[in-house]
Amino acid sequence: MSNLLAARFQMAFSLGFHMIFAALGVGMPLLLLIAEGLWLRTRRPHYLKLAKTWGKATGLTFAIGAVSGTALSFELGLLWPAFMGFAGIAVGPAFTVEGFAFFTEAIFIGLYLYGWKRLSPLAHWLTGIPVAIAGAASSVLVVAADAWMQNPLGADLLKANPAAVDPAGILFGNPTWPIMAIHSTLATYAATAFAVAGVYAWGALRGKKDAVRRSALRIVLVVGTLAAALMPITGDRSAKYAARFQPAKLAAMESQFQTEKGAPLRIGGWPDPETGEVRYAIELPKGLSFLAFGDFNAEVKGLDQFPRQDWPNVPVTHVSFQLMVAAGILMLAAVAWYWYVAWKRRGRELDNDLLLRILIGASPLGFLALETGWIVTEVGRQPWILYNVMRTSEAVTPNPHVLSTLVGFVALYLLLGLTLVWLLRRLSHEEAGLEAYGEGAAS
Amino acid sequence: MNTLLFALRGAPAAQTSGPEFYVAFWMVVALTAYAFLGTADFGGGLWDLFATGPRADEWRRLIARAMGPVWEPNHVWLLFAVVLLFSGFPTVFSTLSVALFLPLHLVLLGIVLRGAAFVFRSYGPFDSTVGRVWASVFGAASIMTPFLLGVSLGAVSSGAIRVVGGAVQADLVRAMLSPFSLLVGLLTLMLGAYVAAVYLTLEGEGRVREDFRRLALWAGLTVAVLAAVLLPLMQRAVPWLAANLLHPRSLPLLLAGALSAALSAWALWTRRFHLARFTAVAEVITLFWGWSLAQFPYLVYPDLTLFNAAAPPRTLDFMLRIIPWGLAILLPSLFLLFRVFKGENPAVPEGRPPDGGNQEGRRSGPTV
Repeated sequence: MSNLLAARFQMAFSLGFHMIFAALGVGMPLLLLIAEGLWLRTRRPHYLKLAKTWGKATGLTFAIGAVSGTALSFELGLLWPAFMGFAGIAVGPAFTVEGFAFFTEAIFIGLYLYGWKRLSPLAHWLTGIPVAIAGAASSVLVVAADAWMQNPLGADLLKANPAAVDPAGILFGNPTWPIMAIHSTLATYAATAFAVAGVYAWGALRGKKDAVRRSALRIVLVVGTLAAALMPITGDRSAKYAARFQPAKLAAMESQFQTEKGAPLRIGGWPDPETGEVRYAIELPKGLSFLAFGDFNAEVKGLDQFPRQDWPNVPVTHVSFQLMVAAGILMLAAVAWYWYVAWKRRGRELDNDLLLRILIGASPLGFLALETGWIVTEVGRQPWILYNVMRTSEAVTPNPHVLSTLVGFVALYLLLGLTLVWLLRRLSHEEAGLEAYGEGAAS
Repeated sequence: MNTLLFALRGAPAAQTSGPEFYVAFWMVVALTAYAFLGTADFGGGLWDLFATGPRADEWRRLIARAMGPVWEPNHVWLLFAVVLLFSGFPTVFSTLSVALFLPLHLVLLGIVLRGAAFVFRSYGPFDSTVGRVWASVFGAASIMTPFLLGVSLGAVSSGAIRVVGGAVQADLVRAMLSPFSLLVGLLTLMLGAYVAAVYLTLEGEGRVREDFRRLALWAGLTVAVLAAVLLPLMQRAVPWLAANLLHPRSLPLLLAGALSAALSAWALWTRRFHLARFTAVAEVITLFWGWSLAQFPYLVYPDLTLFNAAAPPRTLDFMLRIIPWGLAILLPSLFLLFRVFKGENPAVPEGRPPDGGNQEGRRSGPTV
């Protein structure tokens, strides 16, 4: 394996792993706030059980997110020293602000997780608010750095005369940032909600059809429905930006090898970059032109407009994009079914085994969409680390040992993942004591 | 800040008033906080690994309880320093990333394993095989990480990492494995062990408190011996740094560090635990600042300085505008965190995660 490929795999693996925990770090605090808020309002004990159990799960996953995120901040330089040497001054401000957001999240999550008995009920609930806000802010800010790599505003000036560059302007004035940030952050809520929903559907299917499970599903699916319903809108906007700023990426996402007016939307299929054909795809005539430019006859740039060495990996980008879209549609379908059953059965939705099976099946879809969407964004950006400015191959470390560190990281993260799953499976609501806060709660 | 400017009076005014100087200042602040908070968490891991005797389990529970709510924020100081480094001094970040590729990967391994092992152990069954394995991992990673960070600090001063014509040339063996660098690594580790034991005297009570007093005294003695060996060694291995340390701009801080160390040991001996904690923190701060001033203006000796490696002024200015706002949120939050878990607080049960795990910890008295 070449050094470049090993470095790309290490980055992909480290980020793909971290992303799971980062997403939970954004999504879980919101669920905690809702559950504990409902407990404060209604004083019905099952809400407290939920908040406490979710709190324990969050404590575990947040720590893994924190340490793997720290590893990433080093890996940016370890794997891509030339990129960080050149672009550190441009992406640095995003990470500086994000650093504060993450710091705030870490402080308040400590207060939240360990403060049940040391804070008054209201104060305890309030400590959850900065956690939720800072988590979302971290996500939005990290995406600013990534959005700049997709659309490196002012990079020419950065090359010619770095002193003249306004770092905040190029970073936060980037038109692709807001929509990417919203889309990715919504994806973290959807991923968290659907994953948690699967856990409770599984429990209910095995006979645990109590108020705890019912409320849990209701809470997470309200969040999941909102996120899943908004994501097609933000996704559509993101694709339009890709069409404008990264036409090669859009062409790879849609396997558009030839430039054409009235380009069709290809659903599914397997592209062959050698022959320029897409096999087994369903084509909706003029669909892509409409989706990308709002005009059925608009011209869509094909990969033929770009030299072969500037193409991203077409099959990976195309298939990931198809999977992401499919996951998004299936999530919508699953929540639509849930609300239909809940309405039809007047709240006895846990008795519908088909629904529970659907929710279990939908459980990984949020994370699938998150990961594949991210693959579309980053693999679709290749061969550039900084779109049209710096090639990934120019940025990679000269150190010849990347293969060893890649193997090490894969082994390390697999070990952590396995242990974590084992520990999460041991968590149960029955264990969560009901004594809350400081009020007569000596254990 | 004024004291600092005063201390740097030997340097031309332009060198101490530019934005790069202030970004470096904040970086040193972040590293200082990491030095007396983060390394103490590593020290806790060390004592966890070497816990022996009839009260070994009590030690471990005390350490877990003391670290639980604060280790993540403590750890963020390092992340923060790294971010300031790559934003403010990108050349230094990329140079160190190339030169210290393998050692820094080992640091990452240590950081990830330490944090993961800590939560796995706190949330998992304390007494199972898996729990014991992760406990050992926690201890081992807590030793490896600060040691390697200290060695890397030595490597930066060693002169073995050069930038020649834009290319990095590193003699990794001389940078990392010289007696000087290894000794700096050991000193970092033992300073962490010392402050951890001192903090733990205030977290525990009764016989456990006495245990940690004893451990702290031994660790303090080790620190003193290591420091006594390091100074003459330094004059041979890195004469420039030794000369700077003994220069009037660093020397007062070095002496203040030595005085704090002595005072801290005396306070421990006479069981004035609050004073011991205060002086131990003062010791770490003054020594770290003395070292930082001696390092000035080099970030990687001898080729990269604060001035030739700094980002353009507009990036630095942006960071300097952001930092006060960030601190305005951060400092009150940190105050709240430490007040709730470390300050005067009515005796309340465990600050463990909500009903965390199945370990039945002892009720703790007021911690202060």
